Amino acid sequence: MLDATPSPNRLPCATGVGYKAAYFDAITADPGPVAWVEIHAENYMGEGGRPLAQLRHLAERFAISVHGVGLSIGGEGPLDRDHLARLKHLIGWLDPASFSEHLAWSTHETGFLNDLLPLPYTQATLARVADHIDEVQDALGRRMLLENPSTYLAFQASEMSEIDFLSALTRRTGCGLLLDVNNVFVSATNQQTDATSYIDAFPLHTVGEIHLGGHSEDADDHGAPLLIDSHDAPVVDPVWALYAHTIARGGRKPTLIEWDSDLPDWPVLRAEAERAHGVLEGVRP
Amino acid sequence: MSFETAFAAALLDPERPAPEGLFDPEGRPAGKRYDVYRNNVVVSLTDALGVAFPVIRALVGEANFRVLARAFLAGHPPRDPRLMLWGDALPGFLETYPRVRTLGYLPDVARLEQAMRESYHAADAPAFDPAGLAALPPEKLTEATFAVAPSVRLLSSRWPALSIWRYNAEPGAPKPQMAAEDVLVSRPGFDPVARLLPTGGAAFAGALAGGAPLGAALGADGVPADFDLDAALTALLQGGAFTQTGDPS
Amino acid sequence: MSNTAKTLAVAGAVAAALAAHATTPAHAQAKEKCFGVSLAGENDCAAGPGTTCQGTSTVDYQGNAWTLVDAGTCAEIELPEMADGTPRMGSLEELDRDLPA
Repeated sequence: MLDATPSPNRLPCATGVGYKAAYFDAITADPGPVAWVEIHAENYMGEGGRPLAQLRHLAERFAISVHGVGLSIGGEGPLDRDHLARLKHLIGWLDPASFSEHLAWSTHETGFLNDLLPLPYTQATLARVADHIDEVQDALGRRMLLENPSTYLAFQASEMSEIDFLSALTRRTGCGLLLDVNNVFVSATNQQTDATSYIDAFPLHTVGEIHLGGHSEDADDHGAPLLIDSHDAPVVDPVWALYAHTIARGGRKPTLIEWDSDLPDWPVLRAEAERAHGVLEGVRP
Repeated sequence: MSFETAFAAALLDPERPAPEGLFDPEGRPAGKRYDVYRNNVVVSLTDALGVAFPVIRALVGEANFRVLARAFLAGHPPRDPRLMLWGDALPGFLETYPRVRTLGYLPDVARLEQAMRESYHAADAPAFDPAGLAALPPEKLTEATFAVAPSVRLLSSRWPALSIWRYNAEPGAPKPQMAAEDVLVSRPGFDPVARLLPTGGAAFAGALAGGAPLGAALGADGVPADFDLDAALTALLQGGAFTQTGDPS
Repeated sequence: MSNTAKTLAVAGAVAAALAAHATTPAHAQAKEKCFGVSLAGENDCAAGPGTTCQGTSTVDYQGNAWTLVDAGTCAEIELPEMADGTPRMGSLEELDRDLPA
């Protein structure tokens, strides 16, 4: 546990966007209210070339959040030490304002599965995830943020709620949380629970960053709504309302717009950031 | 079997039932809810492979590429989370995949595509200053050594691999004719470029990269007696393949 | 080739290559076909296509979706089956040649 490090991040209390190479020219010429960008750690683990050159350039202009998508912190097996070393190298030279990862697993003995896979919430998984977070924070020498997942199903094996699980992790490891408000909405719809109640029970004082993103709609075998965390569309109005509720309750937080596939033109993404900026500005710091 | 082993095994094998102990909110078996993860894994990895190997995808067609990718990822899932380099096993896979065995050129075209990706992410290196080479007295040139940039990849194909790549990647490129082709992939700036080398050019440049002096590289295995050194050096210089000259002794 | 002749040949080739390099305008080099791999194989944290059947299709999984109809550009390329010149045209394999029994 890292008690000595005061804050889980140095992100400005403003809006950011998920960075894609296609936006390099537009975001540097016309950032609008965007004060920081988030990158996926795994895309900057090459040896050189354009990705790293762009990142160095961006880092002179924007605060950077490094968001890992492959560390498999929720996995049964030990963390991939080689991957942790690559992450330490990136964090070391870039010195980003924040580092975050997911409450999920993605690597098993067979290899990397490229998805954020779910885990049951038990005392055993709690202990293991806490150990993994300790290991990451020790290796990186900084506190990290852990993100709540989008879930599509429930585990018979689970012994506690997701919020109890996440809260226990913050107490055991000192990590902060990344609250993805769209994930809350997606999971609550899929689990037929109440999203607002989830926010009201969430330990908002531990939240160092908020994510907003789009999802798609499907249905399960019985015709019940099944939302997919697809990051390929604008944030929907109920998620905006949930976001406003969240910061009215928990105060201003650095807020990211995530858009990962079917990328829109920059003005569309910038407009999403402007909308989040407007919500943030409407709340006392 | 652990929870994770069961969950992971069924992700890549649709003939396995969904794992036990997964439910919808009303306590019924998860069904399609588990399939969300199956789709995420299979489709995201298939898409990533298609972005990485656009010419292989064009050659076999979109529908067949998805079948081929499906078979590939079942046996060769990424070994680590960096998708940027995943696919280095694809050329070898294409050599054995029955449905493309009559497309003998396919593995080398995949090698070329993988070389482009590796070059794109390779370490930066200082630009080569030709002044040092120009200043060498002629009798010292055969002893000159070269440092080859980390972004350089070489391919010696019994097929017209570069012509096939161009036919699929560049509008208006001519139909490939049967010929062996040596190819240089290098990165003069941030974008990798593939250039044709004269016959034996890959062996020659490989010898230089291994530290052989210019004169010795001309005698390396695979470099013919009538080797077109002018063309090879022009391609290597224009491709930014060198980072610096060594000191000729 | 004598050592002297070799030295002269090398010197001539080096001089020609250096001259070609020096006289090639930078923009001409930049115009050469580049491979736009800036997005190739990027990681992201989006979920995919929901409950579409791609991940659950046993037809795909067993390779039975293989088609000679939408066969891609390989059909336009007239090269032998083998690099040693075996004359049969390289084309996609018929579906039934390798089906599991």
